Amino acid sequence: MEKQRYERPILKKLEMGMPGKFGVAANLPPTTHIDGISVDSLVETYGSPVFILSEKTIRSVFKRAKKAFTTRYPKVQFAWSYKTNYLNAVCRIYHQEGSWAEVVSGFEYDKAIANGVQGQHIIFNGPDKSAIYLEKAIRNDSILHIDHLDELYTIIELTEKLAKKPKVAIRVNMDTGIQPMWDRFGFNYENGQAWDALNKIMHSGKLDLVGLHTHIGTFIMSPQAYGVAAQKLADLAIGIRQKYNHTIKYIDMGGGFASANTLKGFYYPGSDTNPTFDDYAEAITSALLNTQFTPDNLPLLILETGRALIDEAGYLLGTVIANKRLSTGKRTTIVDIGINLLFTSFWYEHKLTPARHYSQYTEATTVYGPLCMNIDVIRENVNLPLLNKGDHFVIHHVGAYNMTQWMQFITLRPKIVLIDQDGTAHVIRENETMDNVMNMEHLPAHLK
Amino acid sequence: MKLKENIAISDSGYLFNPSTGESFVLNPLGMEVLQFVKKGKSFEEISKEVLTRYSVDSITFEKDYQDFIHQLRQYLLIGSDE
Ligand SMILES: Cc1ncc(COP(=O)(O)O)c(C=O)c1O
Repeated sequence: MEKQRYERPILKKLEMGMPGKFGVAANLPPTTHIDGISVDSLVETYGSPVFILSEKTIRSVFKRAKKAFTTRYPKVQFAWSYKTNYLNAVCRIYHQEGSWAEVVSGFEYDKAIANGVQGQHIIFNGPDKSAIYLEKAIRNDSILHIDHLDELYTIIELTEKLAKKPKVAIRVNMDTGIQPMWDRFGFNYENGQAWDALNKIMHSGKLDLVGLHTHIGTFIMSPQAYGVAAQKLADLAIGIRQKYNHTIKYIDMGGGFASANTLKGFYYPGSDTNPTFDDYAEAITSALLNTQFTPDNLPLLILETGRALIDEAGYLLGTVIANKRLSTGKRTTIVDIGINLLFTSFWYEHKLTPARHYSQYTEATTVYGPLCMNIDVIRENVNLPLLNKGDHFVIHHVGAYNMTQWMQFITLRPKIVLIDQDGTAHVIRENETMDNVMNMEHLPAHLK
Repeated sequence: MKLKENIAISDSGYLFNPSTGESFVLNPLGMEVLQFVKKGKSFEEISKEVLTRYSVDSITFEKDYQDFIHQLRQYLLIGSDE
């Protein structure tokens, strides 16, 4: 006789009255397959944990975002924010879709060049551009987004040596009615710093002012804040035309759109309540269209969207190490994914689903990583079916920042696998090995 | 180890403790194990029964059984060992 599938005996107290905070969507359907490949076989082939990226999702989300803007505004250009996920395979998908590159370091700049991006399609942001890289970028005709006056003077100095007119924009920070206000990058709009920098650029006669840039923050839940920001940049552009008879070619609204993740402390799932690309597009494009730009003078709209484009395409697969009960009676599950791989669990209640079907019985559980540190918590409180040791599960919407900000800490970093549009899996980054780590160390003679 | 006498268990897996007014729900194996406990079966007898019918190893079941009994005790559904 075949044995029945085992599910551990449980007893669950029924709480009367208010539906529990964790009563919403208790029984999530399992994620048995990703783009046609079973989760169990992915883990078997590539190990656990493992990051999986869906090329199909990357491309379809991109097309959705692009459509939201191009149906409302005639000139739109995306620039892939490298820091969000700079795996070469990922960057090349976005470049194939027509994205430029947005970089914030020499390392990222070189990566964009290596990925075949033309110099004039690289936007160089950030407060730390060394003179060497400024020179390289100017020679390549890349666009420099100036962050502070010291940088402005360095660029003016370089023009003497290079006999070139660098293409520049300034980064502007401003009050858009939301907190926190990111005022440490760029020049402030309200106190006149922005105009001061623009005047210096125009009077120098040595720089080609091509654009205006802002990045008002990240995971911004208010589309209206973008409307305010777009209007303030448009005011500057119109002011420059009036004062200098100079036309700004583009307005760059930066990144910051919310992805479908659920921020900690929010009751409803982010996939249901966060603003959509259409919401952001509506706010930004109506602000631009409602200014004094004439139709033939509308600036190009550049977007450096990061997390909202890639989060959904990323999955992290893992395995249950053990189940345990705390002294309070609280159920806990220890898994092989820690905050060293999933640092976004500090911000999000990441959606976590089992990899196979279970009965309808669930238990409120805390999910801990394997790191032997108190802060290593993946989910504070989540209703999970009765997972056994060795069972697999899937963490969703992990495509942004985790694959760049992960740490080699306590464990080695796992493989990253891309499933292409035909459903074929490709390892796009190997797992780290002991050798990788040891080879970077040197032992002084007296310790050998 | 004995289940408290006045506790009501329905066939569908609901359990009611009249002395505290608390209700509980059991999953199918929880229900089975509770019935065995009620009949006064020992862990060895219960384990043998479960291992022949379910795909589980004895170590896993023993651990889960202890956890389950611990829960019953915590909710005062069984008396502490006499
Ligand atoms: C200048 C700039 N552009 C774009 C981004 C991408 O932001 P997000 O991932 O929030 O869309 C960032 C991220 O910090 C940034 O600093």
